[in-house]
Amino acid sequence: MSDPLPPAIEVLHLVKSYAGAPAVADISFTVARGEIIGFLGPNGAGKSTTMRILTGYMPANSGSVRICGHSVATEADAVKRLVGYMPENNPLPEDMRVSEYLYFRGRLKEIPRRKLGPRIDEVLELCDLKRVRHKIIGQLSKGYRQRVGIAEAILAEPPVIIMDEPTIGLDPHQILIVRDLIASLRGRMTVLISSHILPEIEMTCDRVLIINRGRVVAQGTPADLRREIFGRSTYQLEAAGALPALPALLATVDPTLSLSAQAEPDSSGFATLTLTTERADELGEPILRALLGEKFRVRALSRVHPTLEDVFLAATRRSWDAKIPPKN
Amino acid sequence: MKHFPTLLSHELRMLLVSPSTYIAGTAFLFFMGFIFTGILESYAKTAQDASPAQEFFQLFWFPVFFMVPLLTMKCLAEERRLGTIETLLTTPVTTTEVVLGKYAAAYLLYVGLWGATGGFFYILKKFSSDPLLLDSGPLFGGYLFVAISGLLFVAIGVFASSLSRNQAVAGILAFIMLVVLIMGGNWLGRADFLNRDVLAPAKAAVDYAQVFAHLEDFARGVVDARQILFYLSGAVLALIFSILSVEAKLLHS
Repeated sequence: MSDPLPPAIEVLHLVKSYAGAPAVADISFTVARGEIIGFLGPNGAGKSTTMRILTGYMPANSGSVRICGHSVATEADAVKRLVGYMPENNPLPEDMRVSEYLYFRGRLKEIPRRKLGPRIDEVLELCDLKRVRHKIIGQLSKGYRQRVGIAEAILAEPPVIIMDEPTIGLDPHQILIVRDLIASLRGRMTVLISSHILPEIEMTCDRVLIINRGRVVAQGTPADLRREIFGRSTYQLEAAGALPALPALLATVDPTLSLSAQAEPDSSGFATLTLTTERADELGEPILRALLGEKFRVRALSRVHPTLEDVFLAATRRSWDAKIPPKN
Repeated sequence: MKHFPTLLSHELRMLLVSPSTYIAGTAFLFFMGFIFTGILESYAKTAQDASPAQEFFQLFWFPVFFMVPLLTMKCLAEERRLGTIETLLTTPVTTTEVVLGKYAAAYLLYVGLWGATGGFFYILKKFSSDPLLLDSGPLFGGYLFVAISGLLFVAIGVFASSLSRNQAVAGILAFIMLVVLIMGGNWLGRADFLNRDVLAPAKAAVDYAQVFAHLEDFARGVVDARQILFYLSGAVLALIFSILSVEAKLLHS
């Protein structure tokens, strides 16, 4: 590699099938250093399989994966030193104490004995585990177990952290802690997390990668994805007045602005209307001015922000509809 | 092999904090003590031609059939069932280190439990005035045999554990393999059909693999390098198969 700092994760044409059934079919993506990337996809999309291949736990059928420039296939040992991994369902030994477990894992990850003690204290503090450090893991609640898994993944301060559904089973308060924890790694470590909780991904991740049926169906920042998948802005309007004249009026505001859905007026005469436009910039004020000039009564106008959930649903639906999904 | 000491001490610690180890150990010592008192009682009634140690080690197969599967069935099967093998193998450890760490821990416990039966002979020596009862030759030979044959038996248990993610299945598999090795050899050695000239090489091979004959040789003080090689090579083979089995399960999981 001529580049002095190769990307943290580089995946090219990765293919993996289980007993002939493809789990991952030709995935390619790159993750820059220090980036936090969210990995989305419905169940069975190939998320966990991809993550396992990235950690060197499972070999791929074809394609290449490089972690910080080291090939997973030929330099598995180097890759294992660079990756902190928390698998799906976070398997932990039942009959060990938290601090014992972290000590054991730290020794396996080749942290020198001298540094291990202070590092364990640091990680326990970061993950808010100090109170349970002497407890047996089997007796911990789900939230604590999950945090023990995260503590273990960041223990050796690896440049790349891969976590498979780290926030599953946590309460909102604990999710907040985990989110802050992941955000605190931004810039220092590259983090790849998969999750079903889409607002989570949207809040923590710089970039999102949506895969379905073993293929990448969309990738980019949440804002980019919205633009790519929906391609237009949507406004929600509650107004009363001469509604049949509304489409013509809207066309004068912007040629692409049109009425896409209209509900029956309620008892006070106000109807909820959905407007769409190709324009990406804010049209709220021109719409309001035009409506009020024509003696419409307006109760509410808001721009609808499609959530990542909508993007996810649209992107995965699109790939199900298409026989051959579009190449990214 | 940099991680072997870490893994071994971890495994030993896990064995020492687990109640099942103590239950198995107590059951083993209780049972062996029962056998030992039975032997002593028969000596009290009539004179016997073999020493008590010889009689005692003649029954080595019974604890082997039950203790070895109990000690080893958990080691790899449990890791795979819980999924902790995934976290283990994504650290810079190799499969070889993991398998050897578990094997060494199980073997040390096995030898340790047998070593505890040495207390029986100590008590016998302390309270019996007859030095003839305590013949040191068969005693040391017997313990040496247990230590060396244990290498193979425990390796077979580890191999069985690598085949299944269900502990019970692993235990039964280990039991069957041990029965076939110990009793099957004995049975084949006495079978008539092997006495034909055509089957002479097979007969020689079966005679070589007679576990009971090995025990007798050791108890008589004859330590044959061929027999040691039999157990050592068998153990190495079983461990190589265990490592391959763990890795194959990753490839085809």
